[in-house]
Amino acid sequence: MRVMAQVGMVMNLDKCIGCHTCSVTCKQAWTNRAGVEYVWFNNVETRPGQGYPRTYQDQAKWQGGWVLKRGKLQLRAGSRFSRLTRIFSNPVLPELSDYYEPWTYEYDTLISAPLGEHTPVARPKSLISGKPMQISWSANWDDDLGGGPELAPKDPIVMKIRDQVGDRVKMEFEQAFMFYLPRICEHCLNPSCVASCPSGAMYKRSEDGIVLVDQDACRGWRMCVTGCPYKKVYFNHRTGKAEKCTMCYPRIEVGLPTVCSETCVGRLRYIGLFLYDADRVTEAAATPDERDLYEAQLDLLLDPNDPEVVAAARRDGIAADWIEAAQRSPVYRLAKEYRVALPLHPEYRTMPMVWYIPPLSPIVDALRETGHDAEDADTLFGALSSLRIPVEYLAELFAAGDPAPVLGSLATLAAMRSYMRGRNLGGQGDPSIPESVGLTADEMYALYRLLAIAKYEDRYVIPKAHAEVGRQLEELGCALDYEGGPGQYAQPSGPFGEASGRPVPVAVENFHALKARQTAEGFVDPADTSAKVNLLNWDGRGAVPLGMPGIRRLDADADPTEGGPR
Amino acid sequence: MSTADILLWVALPYATIATFVVGTIWRYRYDKFGWTTRSSQLYERRLIRIASPLFHIGILAVLVGHVVGLVIPESWTEALGVSESLYHAMAVALGLFAGAATLVGIVLLIYRRRTVGPVFAATTRNDKTMYVFLGAAIALGLLTTLVGAGVLGEGHNYREDVSVWFRSILLFQPQPELMAEAPLSFRVHAVAGMLVFVIWPFTRLVHAFSAPLGYLFRPYVVYRDRGPHDPGSRAARPGWERIGQ
Ligand code: SF4
Ligand code: SF4
Repeated sequence: MRVMAQVGMVMNLDKCIGCHTCSVTCKQAWTNRAGVEYVWFNNVETRPGQGYPRTYQDQAKWQGGWVLKRGKLQLRAGSRFSRLTRIFSNPVLPELSDYYEPWTYEYDTLISAPLGEHTPVARPKSLISGKPMQISWSANWDDDLGGGPELAPKDPIVMKIRDQVGDRVKMEFEQAFMFYLPRICEHCLNPSCVASCPSGAMYKRSEDGIVLVDQDACRGWRMCVTGCPYKKVYFNHRTGKAEKCTMCYPRIEVGLPTVCSETCVGRLRYIGLFLYDADRVTEAAATPDERDLYEAQLDLLLDPNDPEVVAAARRDGIAADWIEAAQRSPVYRLAKEYRVALPLHPEYRTMPMVWYIPPLSPIVDALRETGHDAEDADTLFGALSSLRIPVEYLAELFAAGDPAPVLGSLATLAAMRSYMRGRNLGGQGDPSIPESVGLTADEMYALYRLLAIAKYEDRYVIPKAHAEVGRQLEELGCALDYEGGPGQYAQPSGPFGEASGRPVPVAVENFHALKARQTAEGFVDPADTSAKVNLLNWDGRGAVPLGMPGIRRLDADADPTEGGPR
Repeated sequence: MSTADILLWVALPYATIATFVVGTIWRYRYDKFGWTTRSSQLYERRLIRIASPLFHIGILAVLVGHVVGLVIPESWTEALGVSESLYHAMAVALGLFAGAATLVGIVLLIYRRRTVGPVFAATTRNDKTMYVFLGAAIALGLLTTLVGAGVLGEGHNYREDVSVWFRSILLFQPQPELMAEAPLSFRVHAVAGMLVFVIWPFTRLVHAFSAPLGYLFRPYVVYRDRGPHDPGSRAARPGWERIGQ
């Protein structure tokens, strides 16, 4: 047994209202630069739907994740050698159009157009070519089942279960079901992106399991983009380097939740530690039957309260406060103790570490619409398996098609609902309800506190990183400390290509980008690549509103060490 | 032998080697972040699927051809029983094949760069310069193969002069007189080739040094320590340093 720690996340899908706050705040923090306009480390997709990038779950097409070859794990895209022979042009790399072509609008024409008969319009212009374009897809084109009957049936999961459930997958208005699926990098225990990287630039951090790209070692081979079955590694087309969700490591290191979690209005995300047995990861990922992968993955997670595990963890260099955090970990409780949180697509064999509590609402809604008491335990239990479409759909997402774990999780959630209704209506609560799902009344109540009350300190149990090892910074401190600091950022392209030279820390780049926007005199032409800004940053204006000179002076004088203009 | 010959066949080669070696080391130390293929496949996938492998495999074959032709003395291959005419026939056949693949590849790649909007928008001045030098060297190389084979002109056994000169440079006993008498096309191609190596460290060509052969031998999953740095993204303010741990 070799114990390692992993920062994991759980998302409670029942609470997701699809507001995209997590996506937007993540984008502002990490990908609001030219070259990654199309990149969403965090995206929220409507299911059923094609997802982002389109149909990424269709692994026959995109070749992500692992497969078993004669009992041994191999990347689906091929052996090491065969993939190296394809290094000159990756045959299964998604094209920009599979994500979407980012754009902005010609705002300038709105005010500079000569007086005429017609109102001027701001036409869309591509942020890639600078040419006028027709917008035909975006990261969220099929949000809320938009384009429903036409687009949703192309959902790879719908295609897959269509054979089993036939035409009971309803896409018509009033008969459809839908829910939201927020996705980030899974920070897998057996990351196929890392395994795909020919340069060895991608790595899993041994302290906390966060999967990162070493930007200095990446050579732009693009194999990781193919390797990740969730398509959560992106290629920055300006710098020629891979980028991915960082689990907001600078925040995690100081004990703060990630940006996407912190800003989630539904408060549905949980962050904590898993302790796992690193020696058995490969073996577990090579479980022959896909449907056993969920159990195999659970099996890797070690009980942090087991004295033997604690001793082994100490031996393997895990600090006492980390073990203590693991013992209080909300994600361990939800995934392993209550078994309500399930991994996304365990059949990809990457052992993903972002877990999902499946949504009960499509089922409750369906019941309520048919005039049933949707909170009555018996009705709900009965409905769970008779409403087979959502369950089968969920099973394909979270358990390689096996309905049992999904039903188990939904039953616990349904029981909690009925039990708490009993208690809230003044009774003691019917103890037989928790028993029916194998919990005591106290455990059920604790689950309710964790899921429904969801206090900040219960949702996030993040131990701080230990600093005794060193002094230097990974992401250089503040704008002023950085060589070529404030004011010297005007040169967008180094001597050897678009982004050569020392990498600019994201924080510094953002600082300059925002400052440039706020202090520029006029509108920026979308065709001007040196001034390209992301849509989110883009308000169509370069200048601070007229008549407010004070603000500009304030901006110009703002102390960059204070985090720059806000 | 004129001064120009000394400059071209003694000074230039050594200057090339020096720039190539020092430049590469310097670039690697200064600019690891800019060291990348900067692939444009994301913008366009159809043309690059054909053009890029064609060009790269072609140029690798060309490289092997050059190494064999320039480094291995004629006497060695003859000792192996490969006659001059047999060697020549083989070299010309393979050389033409590889050269043609490379040329078609680079022409397609340049065509794609020029005509596909996003790819052209992502092309820097540095890239354009590089294409000029590389394209010229390749085209001249193919021409030289034709000349050497006797398809154009009367044929020439470069292993008796150009190759000997090449080795003389590596052995630090330069024999510029050999090059001075070589046919014009050989001389022009040699200069073009040297210029490619001069600009090499300062262009995207450096990605060739990153051929990831180590990948075949390393374990799949790479683990790394967090490394020596303080947690978080900024240094602690004076007076707010962390205590303990
Ligand atoms: S989900 Fe994240 S860790 Fe897993 S394979 Fe994809 S990028 Fe790598
Ligand atoms: S963890 Fe951080 S980088 Fe990753 S999706 Fe969330 S906000 Fe973005």
